Amino acid sequence: MEFALSQEQRLFDDSLRNYLADRLPMERLRALAETGNGFDPELWQGLNELGLHGLLVPERFGGAGLGVLDAAVAAEALGNAAAPLPFAGTVMATLAFMLCATEVQQDDYLPSIAAGESRFTVGFAGLAGQTGAANLTLDGDRLSGRLTAVMDAGAPTNVIVFLRDGTAAVTDAAAATLTVHRSVDRTRPLTDIVFDNAPAKRLDAANDKLAAARRVLDAGRIVLAADTLGAAQRMLDRAVAYAKERVQFGRIIGSFQGVKYMLADCVTMLEPCRGLVWYAAHAQDAMPDEARLTALHAKAHLGDVGRDVARITTEAHGGMGFTDLLGLHYWFKRISFNRQVLGGPERCREEAADLQGWTLHA
Amino acid sequence: MDLSLSEQHRALQSQVRAFIRDHGHKSPKVGGGRKRPDQKTLDWQKLLVEHGYVGRTIPRDYGGFGAPLDVMESAVIAAEFAHANVYAGLTNQGISMLVPTLLEVGTEAQKRQWIGPTIRGEVIWCQGYSEPGSGSDLANAQTKAVLQDGNWIVNGQKIWTSSAHYADWMFLLCRTEPDKPKHEGLSYLLLSMRSPGLEVRPLKTMTGRSEFNETFFTDVKVPADQIVVGRGKGWYVANVTLKHERLMIGDAGKMTHRLEQLIHLLQNTEIDGRKLIGVAEYRDRLLKLQGEVLAWKAHNLRLLTEAAQGIDSGVKRMIVKYGGTMLGFRLASLAVDALGAAGLPYEPQGEDAEDDDATTWNIDYIYDVGLMIGGGSNNIQKNIIGERGLDLPREPKVQNAAAIGRG
Repeated sequence: MEFALSQEQRLFDDSLRNYLADRLPMERLRALAETGNGFDPELWQGLNELGLHGLLVPERFGGAGLGVLDAAVAAEALGNAAAPLPFAGTVMATLAFMLCATEVQQDDYLPSIAAGESRFTVGFAGLAGQTGAANLTLDGDRLSGRLTAVMDAGAPTNVIVFLRDGTAAVTDAAAATLTVHRSVDRTRPLTDIVFDNAPAKRLDAANDKLAAARRVLDAGRIVLAADTLGAAQRMLDRAVAYAKERVQFGRIIGSFQGVKYMLADCVTMLEPCRGLVWYAAHAQDAMPDEARLTALHAKAHLGDVGRDVARITTEAHGGMGFTDLLGLHYWFKRISFNRQVLGGPERCREEAADLQGWTLHA
Repeated sequence: MDLSLSEQHRALQSQVRAFIRDHGHKSPKVGGGRKRPDQKTLDWQKLLVEHGYVGRTIPRDYGGFGAPLDVMESAVIAAEFAHANVYAGLTNQGISMLVPTLLEVGTEAQKRQWIGPTIRGEVIWCQGYSEPGSGSDLANAQTKAVLQDGNWIVNGQKIWTSSAHYADWMFLLCRTEPDKPKHEGLSYLLLSMRSPGLEVRPLKTMTGRSEFNETFFTDVKVPADQIVVGRGKGWYVANVTLKHERLMIGDAGKMTHRLEQLIHLLQNTEIDGRKLIGVAEYRDRLLKLQGEVLAWKAHNLRLLTEAAQGIDSGVKRMIVKYGGTMLGFRLASLAVDALGAAGLPYEPQGEDAEDDDATTWNIDYIYDVGLMIGGGSNNIQKNIIGERGLDLPREPKVQNAAAIGRG
């Protein structure tokens, strides 16, 4: 038994973090946040060269053939850098093709994901616990209806939708009308998508389409949980560094127990989350019996811990934490975003209750 | 990432299962609180030592099984005993704290004399650390020992000495070098609880039971060689011991067990004719706790992996006692809330009889507050996490007593 990242995973993590530290300094992040569409061609291309987009794509389609755990490691690094990138969409789309598509469809789409040539967004209508409009109908190969607050759709080439019963379909983004809204998290937008008799291809090769849809969804939830982990860790690291340099009443503020205990609370909450994210991600790859429950708990628990860490670490910075100047708020808002999309904590826990048969008595 | 067991560990797992199948019927009841082990427990303990399920890595010369250090083996054994609900052996301060301390820093003679009888449960130890005037500030201990004609003469008072009323021996932190700075003036002595001049008075706690004692020393004689490491080294030895206590308190297996009991409780308890599991507010609290327990279980796997690889886990280890006791209390809190008014009748039975379920949950709920305070209170833990884990500066030392209003 070894519950740790492999040498390869650590090396990949290092190269990703080094790249992001180099290419995404605060002033660059600010400039990208101004547009708020969550996409930067240069960053996309650079990460393509590191092999990020094809991480889960099987090798025969030009990818690295890795698992959800590797995606979680990457997502933690992306969250740590607050990188504007439609990564969850890429991960979910890859899994959607692997689990729901025919061999021919896989051959049509997966190589272009691995090559970084296409960008996907994945929307769920009434399945993922998202608020807002979600009325979609698929009539033959024509898709109609409206989905609001879809993530990772700032600049997509393709859209995958899952209907309430797990039916999946893929369309070209050009066949739909997309209205992009800057969100509270300026590193990632939310998009309203309207389909009006749009030509779509059904992805109906899965034996159990609802189960397949949920696996796709759960992988997305783990990516978001890992992103929150990385973002919260960044905020904590910054708060600790600040508490070691700021002086008040003639003392470094980190020597005050009031400040020290806030930070001790954060690390006590956050560090076990890393184990939870790893465990849940690994369960998607290797422990199907535990996959759903751990994904739901990872999403819910990171949502809660993320909120606390974001608030406490901002507070630890005093007035500076509240300014735009430090830019700490980008991570605060990133954590807020991750909490709400694909189902907030209450919704995820209720799904966990269903899963365990606990709602039968209600 | 690989959560499967190696061939060697699978073999051990089958061996443990066979042992439990053949001998499990001899096991004493799991749990039951702290008391002097009875004959059945001692026989069982001896069997566990012989098979290497207790004291597995302790050298044979000291009464152990002599297996090479492999934390994964200990985890496999613990998991099998827990799964079968069979008693996994005594846990007490002698076994969990003194034995690892002697193994780390004791003399050859001390190891030979004490480790075997202690792991077999024949010798029960208590810990003489806290005093009325030095709790969190443990290094301020004032109980004195003066060397006179080949004996230490001990005078003073200890408090919170759990199991002192049935213990045979005590490991004691006392001041032997009054002229030295406080951390350098302490020594760590071993003494018989039957020593003349030693008086034990039970201390009733808020659970209504007497889990602790006050211990008074009046000219108690301790042979000079019953010292661990040496004069003035008591603080160092005490820290070796405390490290083991803190790990003992934040036990993920205990949390998992408690969560399972809690799920059972909510599935079987009704409020106004509805099962509690069907009431969203209770259910959501249960689910939050389930998520937290999953996180701590995974965290434990990380610690286990690092221990097996000889990596010092640093801050990841330091958060265990604080985080673990808080989560334990939240679990017990939901149980007490689930039982509601019907769970309030409370009659602790003491050491010789079993408590009813509601009383047991209430004792856990109350006792957990004690766990947050004992073994280095949670605020002390937060100092450790902040200062040793995050490298934040220490609180400046008070320059003189007048400054704190004691002048």
